[in-house]
Amino acid sequence: MNFPSKLIEDAVSEISRLPGIGKKTALRLALHLLKQKESVSEDLANSIISLRKDIKYCNICHNISDSETCSICTGNRRDRRLICVVEDIPDVLAIENTSQYNGLYHVLSGVISPIQGIGPDELNIEPLLDRIRNPRSEEKVKEVILALPATMEGDTTSFYITRKLKEFHIKVSTIARGIPIGGELEYTDEVTLGRSILTRVNYSAD
Amino acid sequence: MYLKNIRLQQFKNYQKAEVQFSSEINCFVGINGSGKTNLLDAIHYLCLTKSAINGVDMLNILHNKDFFTVFGDFDLEGKEIEVRCIFESGKKKQLLQNRKAIEKMSDHVGLLPVVMIAPDDTGLIKDGSEERRRFFDNMLCQMDKQYLDQLVRYQHFLKQRNALIKQFADKGRWDSAFIEPYDREIISLSKKIATARKSFLEEYYPILKEFYNIISDNQEQIGVAYETHCSGAEFEKEFKASAQKDFLLKRTNMGIHKDDFVFEIEGYPIRKFGSQGQQKSFVIALKLAQFQIFLTHKKTKPILLLDDIFDKLDDNRIGKLMNLVADHRFGQLFISDARPERSKEILAGIGAESRFFLVKDGEIGNWDQ
Ligand SMILES: Nc1ncnc2c1ncn2[C@@H]1O[C@H](COP(=O)(O)OP(=O)(O)O)[C@@H](O)[C@H]1O
Ligand SMILES: [Mg+2]
Ligand SMILES: [Zn+2]
Repeated sequence: MNFPSKLIEDAVSEISRLPGIGKKTALRLALHLLKQKESVSEDLANSIISLRKDIKYCNICHNISDSETCSICTGNRRDRRLICVVEDIPDVLAIENTSQYNGLYHVLSGVISPIQGIGPDELNIEPLLDRIRNPRSEEKVKEVILALPATMEGDTTSFYITRKLKEFHIKVSTIARGIPIGGELEYTDEVTLGRSILTRVNYSAD
Repeated sequence: MYLKNIRLQQFKNYQKAEVQFSSEINCFVGINGSGKTNLLDAIHYLCLTKSAINGVDMLNILHNKDFFTVFGDFDLEGKEIEVRCIFESGKKKQLLQNRKAIEKMSDHVGLLPVVMIAPDDTGLIKDGSEERRRFFDNMLCQMDKQYLDQLVRYQHFLKQRNALIKQFADKGRWDSAFIEPYDREIISLSKKIATARKSFLEEYYPILKEFYNIISDNQEQIGVAYETHCSGAEFEKEFKASAQKDFLLKRTNMGIHKDDFVFEIEGYPIRKFGSQGQQKSFVIALKLAQFQIFLTHKKTKPILLLDDIFDKLDDNRIGKLMNLVADHRFGQLFISDARPERSKEILAGIGAESRFFLVKDGEIGNWDQ
């Protein structure tokens, strides 16, 4: 693409670095900003700068946070005996949006994958063990829920963590996998269907 | 099932071509290098989303172009299926069924069974164990999605484990806790895959034997020995015990990636002791048994591609193969031959409709007989 202005060119090349944004979209966004009041661009730029500068990661669960400890970890309605382990920050938001969970979280910031050079030391696994070893409140952790992706890397990471948790003699569970709600059996892929039969659960008529 | 027509664009030496096929016998004739095998390969692409000859899609684009397309209309037991395979250099290969994009290639593979018999297939006997594992895995994967899933997982965990071992070797330290999740998966998948291979062979072997005896003159005893160290009770122990060796050699030394299928005649490996003729008969029998297995499991006759078969086989074996054709054991047939008169003569007494196509420099026309 040839640009009539070096300023536009720079802006387009910066904006198009964002995921999912190509050169064309970047140009449209840049031209859009030029049509708006100057304050719109200033507010956008400032919010991005302070996001990058002032954002913190919770020193307990490693979720993003405005303060040293996040609002979930400090919330007084939360069940501190439960820790749900997730791969990354968006997973916390996804589970929070279900309104079905009232415990705490632990963000690993990835899953183990030797091919990509990611081992346990690159993730927040040791801090998780530490949380259980040295509880901050009087209430001890009684269950760790593994909510990692249903991928091979997710599975091996779950297994690794389970082994490390063994010494604490607490309950370790993993979220259920299988047929989506409203899903027809015949349209479910064979592998999912096969595994959900293998990992079937007791049916309660209560 | 049968293929009604094919449309090619910039595929190998074809700029553009379109042909209507017979549902019975189709014979491609033309001098060597004209594009007969390439045409068979295009059919292979439609069925299995890949070449039978080279695994690199890039090499199948007409020189100096940047994409190829292969389209074809199938009749699968009365159901119309249009398949489009599109490959553009630098992009992901696309496959469409009735104009609907198929996300995973593995969802297409297995729908339209195809078997190719080519002279180079003696590689199956002469080459290393990888060829033979691939032959059996291809069959199993097309019939059993569970097996495909297990194999894909196995290969992935093996790659992860090997990467991990290299890191251990670099650091000079083995970390059992870190490698344990991979050991566990590889051990459990190895057992499942070995069991599946073994039970598949129980079904496949009698069929293979039947076809070998039909094709070959002599009634030798043939055998297939499945060699694996993954099915014994001691496997888990042995796998763990090989850690030291793994550390030294920087790779995983046990598991189903080490399996082999040894083809035997009268108890001796055919690779070392079989005559040329025995080896050829064996390869044809392997493929015909594959045809039969697909027919049983898919409830449709696979397409059969016979590349240069009249050139590479003696009259005796050709005769036996043609008896099977005359017995209507097969469905749609595609044959390539450099010598049209010979093909015409062989196919004359078969009692099936045969259509001849003259292939010349990447163009396909009718052959005026
Ligand atoms: N990607 C390609 N682009 C152009 N020509 C190709 C390509 N791949 C193979 N060919 C040509 O195709 C011809 C071989 O065709 P093939 O089908 O093997 O012939 P035959 O009729 O002997 O079976 C050769 O001349 C080869 O150069
Ligand atoms: Mg050829
Ligand atoms: Zn927190």
